[in-house]
Amino acid sequence: MAGPAAPALAPARTGETAARAARIRRNWLLATPALVLLLLAASGPLLVVVVYSVLEPGEYSGVVWELSGEGWFRVLFHRDIFDDTLSLADAHLTIFWRSASISLLTTAITLVLGFPTAYFIATRPPTQRMLWLFLVTIPFWTNLLIRTFAIMEVIRNEGILNSWAMKLGLIQAPIQILYTDTAVLIGMVYVYLPLMVLPLYAAMERLDFRLVEAAYDLYASRWRVLTRVIVPLVRPGIVAGSILVFIPSLGAYVTPRVLGGGKNMMISNLIELQFGEGRNWPLGAALSMTLLAFVMVALLVYVRNMSKVERRG
Amino acid sequence: MQEAIGRAGTPINGGSAQSGSRVMVEARAVSKHFGSGEQVVKALDAVSVGIREGEFFTLLGPSGCGKTTLLRLIAGFEHPTAGAILLDGADISGLPPFRRPVNTVFQSYALFPHLTVAENIGFGLEMLGRPKAEIAETVAEMLQMVRMEAMRDRQTSQLSGGQQQRVALARALAPRPKVLLLDEPLSALDLKLRKEMQVELKRLQTETGITFVFVTHDQGEALAMSDRIAVMSEGNVLQVGSPTEIYEHPADHFVASFIGETNFLTAAVEGVDGGQVRLRLGGTLEVRAGLPDGMAPGPSVTVVVRPEHLRIADRDAGEGLPATVSDVVYLGTDTHYHLRLAGGEELFARVQNRPEGGEAWRVGDAVSAGFPPAAVRVLRD
Repeated sequence: MAGPAAPALAPARTGETAARAARIRRNWLLATPALVLLLLAASGPLLVVVVYSVLEPGEYSGVVWELSGEGWFRVLFHRDIFDDTLSLADAHLTIFWRSASISLLTTAITLVLGFPTAYFIATRPPTQRMLWLFLVTIPFWTNLLIRTFAIMEVIRNEGILNSWAMKLGLIQAPIQILYTDTAVLIGMVYVYLPLMVLPLYAAMERLDFRLVEAAYDLYASRWRVLTRVIVPLVRPGIVAGSILVFIPSLGAYVTPRVLGGGKNMMISNLIELQFGEGRNWPLGAALSMTLLAFVMVALLVYVRNMSKVERRG
Repeated sequence: MQEAIGRAGTPINGGSAQSGSRVMVEARAVSKHFGSGEQVVKALDAVSVGIREGEFFTLLGPSGCGKTTLLRLIAGFEHPTAGAILLDGADISGLPPFRRPVNTVFQSYALFPHLTVAENIGFGLEMLGRPKAEIAETVAEMLQMVRMEAMRDRQTSQLSGGQQQRVALARALAPRPKVLLLDEPLSALDLKLRKEMQVELKRLQTETGITFVFVTHDQGEALAMSDRIAVMSEGNVLQVGSPTEIYEHPADHFVASFIGETNFLTAAVEGVDGGQVRLRLGGTLEVRAGLPDGMAPGPSVTVVVRPEHLRIADRDAGEGLPATVSDVVYLGTDTHYHLRLAGGEELFARVQNRPEGGEAWRVGDAVSAGFPPAAVRVLRD
């Protein structure tokens, strides 16, 4: 059987290989416009920023084409304009710290709020889950700026929160929330919560709830079931959600700008300042690169985590 | 065996195996309804059953009969709509699964994919807060018991179905539960492995002395492994008894047809004296048979005769029912004959093939289908 059949099979297989090669070529061709656009749109501006960060600032704006490390230097250090004495750029460090801590807090709070939400949705009957997911995504229908102003309306001194609390006699005078870090945090949690819920839900939906039953059966209390079975198994979702929240939080611009007022800046606001009123494009570019470095570190943590999860299979 | 019908409020303790030992698990008039209003599904309808300490007890029935629901009620994954579950005399109906000294071997095994074989087996003991040394010792012991020592540090995804099964067993046995619940654990295995695991399970049960409650829809499996069987249908326990009792003295039509193959015949009642009844079969054949306890038969009753008890003879030589051979199936060990009676009823006979050959009947042969009087069982209506 094998003898006579073999020669007949051989050409067929080469034909198949050729067809597959053609298919791969065609797929590449179809993807080319998107790839070219991505390459230009991502690497082009990045290159500009990298180059600008090592040039001299122009007198009013823009850059002078002279190499200089001043932009990078001033990310961390402050040079006094009168006597050139050096000091740490406290203002920048404060902003970096605020950015990192608000982003981490946002991630932690959205995780704590999003986890039970995702669990709730994943444990609904399949026909209801889509409705709940749909409800979670409703805030995306409205522009970010409008949503942020809505939050402002809620938390400002004459806003809903304060006036209700005063009516109920909980407080005597309005609490200043607006234009504080707390306001920024509230806004960020609100804006990024869906980004936490969705990947968490995706992981929990795949969770085999029979394992939860097995753990209950083996004397695990509800807390132990959560920590020893559910959390380890939905870890990819936790990591993905945290990254999805942390990265845009770090680069958030609108929320700190509107809710934090002028003072409570985050990195993005500082960068904007350098390209605007600050008229120091190289410093702005160097700050942009610094932000990028933060993001890269976060992504690196993510990738390492994921490959560890995959290795464990 | 007749006290076996499981209805509201009457604990059943049929069967003879290990009689006298105390009841380990008891279901008292347990009902479980799912849904509400018009769409309510009665998964269990006032079921009462007593499972004795140290026995291999099987809940047998077709899918949807409530056997898995009863198992889940004992495990604590579900809570009864009415009635109570008692473990070793104490009402555990309100306890969550993690407070019941009962472990389950799941149909899907449900091994933790993020833990190794040894970590899986040690999970229960760890949750019970046992010292590390004791856990390690028990895990080693369990691995040896299920012959999986070499797989100690494997991930469970690297195991075959049979190996996962052994780990699931070891994991459930490690905390030494009072009762081990097994939810169709062999259904995912191929035939050869299933036969091996049947022997293995029986061995583990004897070695550990733990009460096993085994759920299956496979009557062969139930007969081969159980000390006692509860046959269930549509949320009721129909009969509880040893495999012999269930097979040889089925309580009703359902049990008779579900366990093994059987022939149902309608017989006219000629007279009753004491526990005996005189019956006329096919208009000609007279037999005496025992009546189930307390049964007052009407003008006719249904009787069962197992196919292996039928004897085929030449029409003139035999004293049985006149019949015609309608089909012959040769199966190596046995030959199956399908017979048609004069009244149009079908009979099925299983004849063991003998080395000397013996008589072989062909389709269309006029024969006589006889059976010893002791083979006739009268069913309750």
